[in-house]
Amino acid sequence: MKLSYEQVRHIAWLARLGLSEEEVGKFSLQLSNILENFEILKQVDTANVPPATHTIPLQNVFRKDDVAESYSQAEILSNAPKQEGNCFKVQAILE
Amino acid sequence: MPANELHQLTIHEAHKLLKQRKISSTELTKSVLKRVAEIEGKVHACVTIVEDIALKEAKKVDNYIKTAHEITPLTGIPTLIKDVICTKGIRTTCSSKILENFVPLYDATVIEKLKAQKAVIVGKTNMDEFAMGSSTEHSAFFPTHNPWDLSRVPGGSSGGSAAAVAADETIYALGSDTGGSVRQPAALCSVVGLKPTYGRVSRFGLVAFASSLDQIGPITKDVTDCALVMNAIAGYDSSDSTSVPYPVPDYTRQLIPDIKGLRIGIPREYFVEGMQNQVRAALEAAIDKLRELGAEIDWEVSLPHTKYALAVYYVLAPSEASANLARYDGVKYGFSERDASNVIETTERTRQFGFGLEVKRRIMLGTYALSAGYYNAYYLKAQKVRTLIKQEFDQAFEKYDALVTPTSPIVPFKLGEKLEDPMQMYLSDICTLPINIAGIPAISIPAGFADNLPIGMQIMGKPFSEEILLRIAFAYEQATNWHKRKPPLL
Repeated sequence: MKLSYEQVRHIAWLARLGLSEEEVGKFSLQLSNILENFEILKQVDTANVPPATHTIPLQNVFRKDDVAESYSQAEILSNAPKQEGNCFKVQAILE
Repeated sequence: MPANELHQLTIHEAHKLLKQRKISSTELTKSVLKRVAEIEGKVHACVTIVEDIALKEAKKVDNYIKTAHEITPLTGIPTLIKDVICTKGIRTTCSSKILENFVPLYDATVIEKLKAQKAVIVGKTNMDEFAMGSSTEHSAFFPTHNPWDLSRVPGGSSGGSAAAVAADETIYALGSDTGGSVRQPAALCSVVGLKPTYGRVSRFGLVAFASSLDQIGPITKDVTDCALVMNAIAGYDSSDSTSVPYPVPDYTRQLIPDIKGLRIGIPREYFVEGMQNQVRAALEAAIDKLRELGAEIDWEVSLPHTKYALAVYYVLAPSEASANLARYDGVKYGFSERDASNVIETTERTRQFGFGLEVKRRIMLGTYALSAGYYNAYYLKAQKVRTLIKQEFDQAFEKYDALVTPTSPIVPFKLGEKLEDPMQMYLSDICTLPINIAGIPAISIPAGFADNLPIGMQIMGKPFSEEILLRIAFAYEQATNWHKRKPPLL
């Protein structure tokens, strides 16, 4: 399995991850190499094997819906890179 | 012991002196801080040191001890916390540029539990960015150096915590373990590290890497300390729906130097190709010691699916990571690159400049494995093989109380040695990954040296068998002196 530059750019776009041209080149080689190592999984017969999700047998976990104190607006905004009028500030999404 | 050497103490030694009021928490904390000031320039184990907060807390604890009838084992004892665990009011960076200035609004549950015991938090330790790596070289800030040989890596991703404990920059530390990140650095720094059963310790406030594999664990100077920290941090937490509502035993109860009749299996697949001869020899000697101590050793154990663990792990962990790290978009917290024309480009550039190379590599890998057309071939297939790996362990533990293997097939490698070859770096976790895949507990303890470089022994057991692992580890520790050796640092 060899990943082309085009495929690397497509995956990066899916992940909303900007990459430099140098990184695209590097990942094309390295990811291909890593994916080759995954080929070994094809040797395993998993015809009647259910997929694992978690390793401990917990199902339908509930807790009481207790009302508890939350954070103030100022606290929640305290780590925001940009804010305005008690809101997170982002760029325009619609023109 | 002179006041300027108190940083060398273990938890149980320091506790005894605190209880007898022979030392104060302030003296102990000052000794640790002095040690940090002296050797951090060589080891680089810490990202943040909160001297003022620590000394203030120590003073408060000292006042409390004056009038208290009983104090808990961790009362007044300084600790360092891996920088992936949220600490209220103390910067928590994950050694990433994207969280460089992030200050959590709340404590992780394990931190609340340590604080309930009146522990003194001294700072946060360096790590591979978002816990992705095996050498701590993937920190966005600086690499940590191994106290046993400063030209070598301390292992990772909890390399800062392990190096700090080995170099006596703290009395103990917390790490996190997704594929070996507590045990492998513990082995490479000759300290004790435990990865608890999945669900045993709350993950609330642990910044998520791969949620079905992550567990927080203690890194300590000996096995008794490991049990004491487990007593403090284990237990159900309603804030973590994957934590289990089982009662927590007193983990010190089974610390007896007697393993007569315990059945220990040695799975041959862990004595892998590429394993260093001195590591093999050390392990054989250690296993012989366990036999001398009365354990029944079976060298004929086989776990044939072990060879698929690396591939399973490097499909599942990056897949979960790619989803977990989607939250870093530069809006609510963290680094934000706004010098772009639209909101998508802003997100892309924030992540381009905020994440390091290894994190990007894993996001790419995970995104690919989860993308349309590849999901069945990679992610679903890996989840099925995961079932087989777990079943194989279940069957083995019907016959054996524990399995013993090397923690790492190699001694600490040179800084830079594996940095350009991700596949070689991934292979250094070959003995620790299967444990996270199966969700079982495992401990790494010092088991010898090869030319003064540490070697670790890994003991694994069935789910919630931490007590048996601690008992075997304790018996071995009592019969050997590896844990008493100190790195020739100064």
